[in-house]
Amino acid sequence: MALLSIEDLSFAYRSHTVLSGVSFVVNAGEVLGLVGPNGCGKTTLIKCVDGMLSPEEGRVTLGGRDLRTMHRREVAREMAYVPQSAGNQTASTVFETVLMGRRPYLNWTVSPEDEERVAAALDLLDLGGLAFRKVAELSGGERQRVMIARALVQETGVILLDEPTSNLDIRHQMAVMEVLHGLAEEKGFAVVIALHDLNLAATYCHRLLVLADGSIYSYGVPEEVLTPEMLGNVYGIEAVVKQDLPAPYVVPVRPGQLQEEG
Amino acid sequence: MEKSITLREGYSRLRKTRTVFISGLLILLVILIGVGVTLGSAGFTVGESYLAILAGLFPGTFTAPEMAEVIVWDYRLHRVLFAVVAGFGLAVAGVVMQGILRNPLASPFTLGISSAAATGASVAIVLGAGLVDSEYLIIANAFLFALLASVAIYGMARYRGVSSETMILAGIALMYLFSAVTSLLQYIGTAEELQAVVFWMFGSVGKSTWPKLGLVTLVLACTIPYLIYRAWDLNALAEGDEVAAGLGVPVERSMMIFMVVASLITAVIICFTGTIGFIGLVAPHITRMAIGADHRTLIPAAGLVGAALLLAADSIGRSVLAPQVLPVGIVTAFLGVPFFIYLFMHRRNA
Repeated sequence: MALLSIEDLSFAYRSHTVLSGVSFVVNAGEVLGLVGPNGCGKTTLIKCVDGMLSPEEGRVTLGGRDLRTMHRREVAREMAYVPQSAGNQTASTVFETVLMGRRPYLNWTVSPEDEERVAAALDLLDLGGLAFRKVAELSGGERQRVMIARALVQETGVILLDEPTSNLDIRHQMAVMEVLHGLAEEKGFAVVIALHDLNLAATYCHRLLVLADGSIYSYGVPEEVLTPEMLGNVYGIEAVVKQDLPAPYVVPVRPGQLQEEG
Repeated sequence: MEKSITLREGYSRLRKTRTVFISGLLILLVILIGVGVTLGSAGFTVGESYLAILAGLFPGTFTAPEMAEVIVWDYRLHRVLFAVVAGFGLAVAGVVMQGILRNPLASPFTLGISSAAATGASVAIVLGAGLVDSEYLIIANAFLFALLASVAIYGMARYRGVSSETMILAGIALMYLFSAVTSLLQYIGTAEELQAVVFWMFGSVGKSTWPKLGLVTLVLACTIPYLIYRAWDLNALAEGDEVAAGLGVPVERSMMIFMVVASLITAVIICFTGTIGFIGLVAPHITRMAIGADHRTLIPAAGLVGAALLLAADSIGRSVLAPQVLPVGIVTAFLGVPFFIYLFMHRRNA
């Protein structure tokens, strides 16, 4: 079932067109990877989908409802957003920062249920030991996991993440992607992740959407999307794509080296 | 399961620490009020001061020496309470500004709002002199200019993108601009007007009266509960615009409302007291270091810290050169500057 559907979305900053005619759907249980070179519009697309930016044209539908007809608090109960920057340097503890994810539900007091959800999210992301440290004292990777934990306690069906693994080492990259993949497959979440690491994207995303200059270049399963041709056209690099592994694996090659060997 | 119980216990400990901190501050404040009321030339003890306060509140139940009761209720108590209320409000305004602007240096003083209010007061003193009831003209003008400054800062920050640098630069630029306007008004004013402007800018709770105290208390009573009510939105905004928007906070409208409320609180206090710096900057920092950044407790606790600081500073100002009284604005700067430098050094080291 399509939890999230984007139809013919276009966006411009003043006269500079950033996105044009972008359409895709994300089903329950699916991880969609947004890939593409720097400046191709990934972040803008995510902000349009979350309703933070208003598209010039097109429509975002969340659980069958037009986003424009929804109150921001309603949106926040159905769709969580993890921004690219790893958060601000406040004096809040990890526990309280994650607790803020309950804001769409909280009246003023914190219920035992809220506390339990926070504790569960901290355990899931292996943050239990850091719960009462200040976020400002954490490493970049730890902070990024805190932001993901905060999105999890929002209890939404859709999670949008902008470069959630950029500050993480390979073990934590995989741990985070495992969690997101598990949320999709086991709990029926729809997950949209903007990623730079194509191999990580190929390993964990059910489908990939390649964005180039604000338009969709290709959209499909990783095996179809990750081709030497795409890498040449979109990124301007030469690469070999290994298909005999569990997921397609992109090996970039220095310019000219392929011809020499071939 | 066991782990989640420990995490919840940790959070409940955090809440207990906050309760203890706030209770401690309340006790400290009661002591400071007693001491503040007792300080002065007519000699009576702290105990007699409390008795005099209680006698005024419950005439049948308590009795105090008549002289003590008259001095406390007619001369000292409103000044002491004005220091409490003013310190509370300035600290809360500082908390809100630092929170929504995500800038540890934001305060009514560093953002030029205090100097804008000074300009407004000067305009009223110099250009509006002779008008009936010019005191209320001063209040209105100080408020209007404070609002103007906050809107200007907000507008500039919005245009350039909200960042620490933009806010500080816009605030400092405005501070210089308003200082220059105030200087110009001092230059063209008569000697009497000049004196009035200079005394206004010293910052003092010496001009307090029961009606002024009532007005400030009323404004705080209308605004601070609203701020505490919206504490979660302030928490979210302190994390960043995008985070707040993602959590369902209407970002721009909320920031506008919070700026207006913080400016209103600042303006309604400093139009009576003149420029009192550093309370709005320092009290939030002390409180955040002690009990963290949850605005549900940060707002009342920082308010109490500000109240205690301002009352202590005023009591010191009344004692060090007694019978001469030092304006509290001068004392808070003397106390605040070393602390500010300490903070700055501490941050650099970290």
